[in-house]
Amino acid sequence: MSKIKADHNKPETVKMPMRGGRGGGPGGMHGMGMPVEKPKDFKGAFKKLLNYLKPRKARLIVVFFLAALSTVFAIFSPKVMGRAITRLFEGIMMKMQGVPGASIDFTYIIQILLILAGLYLFSALFSFLMQYIMASVAQNTVYEMRKDVKEKLTRLPLKFFDTHSHGDVLSRMTNDIDLISTTLQQSLAQVITSVVSLIGIIIMMLTISPLLTLVTVLTLPLSFIAVKAIAKRSQKYFAEQQKILGEVNGHIEEMYTGHREVKAFNREKESVLIFDKKNKELYEAGWKAQFVSGIIMPIMMFISNIGYVIICVVGGIFVTKRLIEIGDIQAFIQYSRQFNQPIQQTANIANLLQSTIAAAERVFEILETEEEISDPESPVVITNPKGEVIIEHVDFQYKSDIPLITNMNIAVKAGQSVAIVGPTGAGKTTLVNLLMRFYELQAGKISVDGVDITKMQRGDLRNIFGMVLQDTWLFKGTIRENIAYGKNGATEDEIIAVAKAAHADHFIRTLPDGYETVLNEEASNISQGQKQLLTIARAFLSNPSILILDEATSSVDTRTELIIQKAMGALMKGRTNFIIAHRLSTIRDADTILVMNEGNIIEQGTHQQLLDADGFYADLYNSQFVGEDAV
Amino acid sequence: MLKLLKNLTPYTLSILLISILTFIRAISELYLPTLMADIVDVGIVTSDIPYIWNTGLIMLLITAGGVVCAIIARLFSAKASVGFSRDIRKKVFHKVESFSLNEFDEIGTSSMITRTTNDINQVQQAVIMMLSMLIYAPMMAIGGVVMAVSKDPPLSIVLVVVVPVIILIVSIVATKGLPLFKQIQTKIDGLNMVLRESLIGVRVIRAFNKTAHEKKRFDKASRELADTAIKVNKLMAVMMPLMMLLFNFTTIAIIWFGGIRIDEGAMQIGDLMAFIQYIMRIMFALMMLTMMFIMIPRAAVSAVRINRILEKEPDIKDPENPKSTTDQKGRIEYRNVSFSYHGAEEPAVSNITFTAGPGEVTAIIGGTGSGKSTLINLLPRFYDVHEGSILVDGVDIRDMSQEKLREKIGLVPQKSVLFSGSVTDNIRFGARQASIEEVKHAAKISQAGKFVGEMEKGYDSEITQGGTNVSGGQKQRLAIARAVAKRPEIYLFDDSFSALDFKTDSALRSALKNETKNAAVLIISQRVSTVMHADNIIVMDDGRIEAQGTHEELLKTCSIYNEIANSQLAGEEPA
Repeated sequence: MSKIKADHNKPETVKMPMRGGRGGGPGGMHGMGMPVEKPKDFKGAFKKLLNYLKPRKARLIVVFFLAALSTVFAIFSPKVMGRAITRLFEGIMMKMQGVPGASIDFTYIIQILLILAGLYLFSALFSFLMQYIMASVAQNTVYEMRKDVKEKLTRLPLKFFDTHSHGDVLSRMTNDIDLISTTLQQSLAQVITSVVSLIGIIIMMLTISPLLTLVTVLTLPLSFIAVKAIAKRSQKYFAEQQKILGEVNGHIEEMYTGHREVKAFNREKESVLIFDKKNKELYEAGWKAQFVSGIIMPIMMFISNIGYVIICVVGGIFVTKRLIEIGDIQAFIQYSRQFNQPIQQTANIANLLQSTIAAAERVFEILETEEEISDPESPVVITNPKGEVIIEHVDFQYKSDIPLITNMNIAVKAGQSVAIVGPTGAGKTTLVNLLMRFYELQAGKISVDGVDITKMQRGDLRNIFGMVLQDTWLFKGTIRENIAYGKNGATEDEIIAVAKAAHADHFIRTLPDGYETVLNEEASNISQGQKQLLTIARAFLSNPSILILDEATSSVDTRTELIIQKAMGALMKGRTNFIIAHRLSTIRDADTILVMNEGNIIEQGTHQQLLDADGFYADLYNSQFVGEDAV
Repeated sequence: MLKLLKNLTPYTLSILLISILTFIRAISELYLPTLMADIVDVGIVTSDIPYIWNTGLIMLLITAGGVVCAIIARLFSAKASVGFSRDIRKKVFHKVESFSLNEFDEIGTSSMITRTTNDINQVQQAVIMMLSMLIYAPMMAIGGVVMAVSKDPPLSIVLVVVVPVIILIVSIVATKGLPLFKQIQTKIDGLNMVLRESLIGVRVIRAFNKTAHEKKRFDKASRELADTAIKVNKLMAVMMPLMMLLFNFTTIAIIWFGGIRIDEGAMQIGDLMAFIQYIMRIMFALMMLTMMFIMIPRAAVSAVRINRILEKEPDIKDPENPKSTTDQKGRIEYRNVSFSYHGAEEPAVSNITFTAGPGEVTAIIGGTGSGKSTLINLLPRFYDVHEGSILVDGVDIRDMSQEKLREKIGLVPQKSVLFSGSVTDNIRFGARQASIEEVKHAAKISQAGKFVGEMEKGYDSEITQGGTNVSGGQKQRLAIARAVAKRPEIYLFDDSFSALDFKTDSALRSALKNETKNAAVLIISQRVSTVMHADNIIVMDDGRIEAQGTHEELLKTCSIYNEIANSQLAGEEPA
């Protein structure tokens, strides 16, 4: 049993990589000390991301400008407030010292307070405008990005979908883009405000007292060293926690998916035992990770408080020495508080930016995947397709080093039925991939009604074909909508007619909501056989000239298969049919049988001819009835 | 959410300690401005430098004490919150392992997985936040108010005006914002669904030329998400600056009224400065609280989902006094059995009566939805019959313990699940004590011996989770070996041979024949060639037994069977 189309056969395992979940709400508490994912090519991905923002350049500049303004206004206020306090202090001191006529200069204070009110007002206004504009800038950017990825996906060859897990693509589209949006929304402007704050605050502090500034800034390296040391440890614990969490989740997933087996083989006790052990390990690693990362905040607060005490003490001494004013202490206290914030933020942003760029990189990876060969500029249109198919000297391979099909030649006349027979993985699905141009040939050509299929638009080509695939695909919606998918603007009568033809009408009517029954996401509320019937109805509605039945009946039981066979017989009339099936009884009526093995057609002829030839087919056919003495 | 939080009860002591420690920390934090006020009012006013130094030293000690408390509190909260999630995870997992297939049908396997993994993590995050922020922030806010009032009660009237206004703003934003946050989650789910569908159905979409249609569907979902996100962020854009502005204006008011109080000699300058700092701390605490309001609803959704599992009682329970079976072995009897799936109007099977004994092969054939698999699933009590009864070895299966019952059964389901581990581990899944010879023997019978031998490490080869590294046919053969190794009294084959080609199918059945000499065998199949030699063939139609008998009998009496047989055996002599 060769594994040519292993990728198609793989059961759907959608695994969402746990990338720390959705960026944590507005103001994001981005866990410091968690491991950061690093991009492969920071510069490259960063540039591409910038390109995305280009159309919004003007508004971004406005945002940055507003961010800077808002910060500048905010930075001025402590110093201004300090003046009011200084003046209050002076007034009261003079009063205490009994200076005649001394009083607090309220007119001056009012002036200061009015200025202060203005500063606050403008700062808030600018901050509001900035965030307001940024909301649509960020969200529309990622909206565009999602749109681009989606459009790109429609232009990617089937090969991409066969080689990438759905979970991976989904995660790039949601988790990764979500992270980009959060970063744009919250952190882009923060970069500006943080930088402006840092510089602004240092300048303001310097204008008040260079010496006190120096003393305050001394706590900075302390913060850095502390955070770095803790973060390093915390990352280690987080990595451990993540590893065990992966094991625990793996065990849960495995046991739940195999619940029937676990029950049938009395494995509950073992399963629970393993779980309990891993769950305990997770606790051990988990609390350490939480604890170590959790102490970053208090330690930062502590260092910030040390700064506060230094300012109080040194500032207080300076005031007594008349080096600074009393209000300056108040201003310094505020500055030092504000000072710590941007430093923490910058540390966060640096991490966040890295993981954002890594996320962007994954998105761009999709956007840069090689596309399908585009449709010809002046395509040939077949107005009344008859359904003649000629395959000439076709070479094809999925992987460049393993040739799969070599020099395939088939000629099918309009209205003929072709049965394709062979062991699993013999390349039957490959034929569908090639006929409908889901994959490109390496050599040779396929023509429909004498037209090379590469000279046609893919859409036009595929309109000629109708198919019922091995994996039934239905979407969340009513049964009516699902059948109507086969034809734009299908009428009620048409839908019911094809449902009847596909013997689906009966079971549909027995459902509580009939044609309005909503299929759920996995369409698990109807049986596999019923799903098949719906896809068959859908295929018939599209009224194709060439029908491809890809194991259409393989998961329908024999009796239903029998009914379908009858209906098909009628509907297959006047069409060219390619039937792919395991069941030899289904294909006996075919005009030609193609026996495929390892990608090649090894035999070709009618049922009787092939039996007479006593080759591979005859062997395959006869094996159905061996085992007289079997169970 | 609250219901789930009851699971924090074992951590009451920890939480109490955390609260006390956090309280001490809050006090230490709040005491600093007061000491600063002393530096100003005593140290600076009287130019008493040693006093300033001393006070500074006290401040350092207090803040150091605060940080020690904070770190210890963190230790307790980390242990409590992670312990809490460990307990919940354990409870949920144990519960789920006790579920019958009914509960799985109802909730869905993937949803069960998310509930046990992601949802619990979400709740853990929320609990961590609660044990730190939710305790700390109100303490700081209330403590800040208390300290402010103690500094100068009349000036605190300003707070009486401001605080309600802030609470009002927060609650307005919360009531407007929370539904939006929930909406975002729904929109993301919607977008995910559309995308997932288009990924799975890519061939169909392209075959039907529906690319444009899918693009439109996606674009609609994507636009909706973007619009909702914009709305939420615009709301936040109003709220945050507004809160800041309010507080800043409060500070201005305090300086003004404080100035007047100082002028009257009723207050000192240092107290005014301390007052301003208290206002800032109150503001900071309230901001943190607002953030909690955004986090908690998200966790609450998870909590509800987890609770649904915890509150569910498994449909099928062991009897209190399980009966032991008689000496009979491999005897099955269905007596007027009827069963309908949860929420279904029509019974899936009704009025099923048949018997099977040791050494007998019973085959079941019938149309889609005719109830073949249901019939078999009732035997190991994956579901319980609604009417009638099933007897195994003469005892009603509901009177046996599930373990004893399932010990007797070797099941090969339609779609087998293999587990991560070696080939041997998988074959030993039901027969833990099986020797390596027995394992090999089982593999040989199931026609798995050859390909296992060809694998790189033979029987020690690792099977990946879900058996993704073996083909469908190989998986099925290993699943059969797994059942054979168990040496059960009853074999259940639920269309287990469909993934095998005809040659392997017949070789396997030949080999099995010896193994099953003393066992009852139930086979569901769609191939007449598989069922024709059975001792008893049951033809199912629409949940009922249409006919039963041997191949020859049925060919004569049953039109449905005749039809099936003819279609498959045409051209051959119907034996």
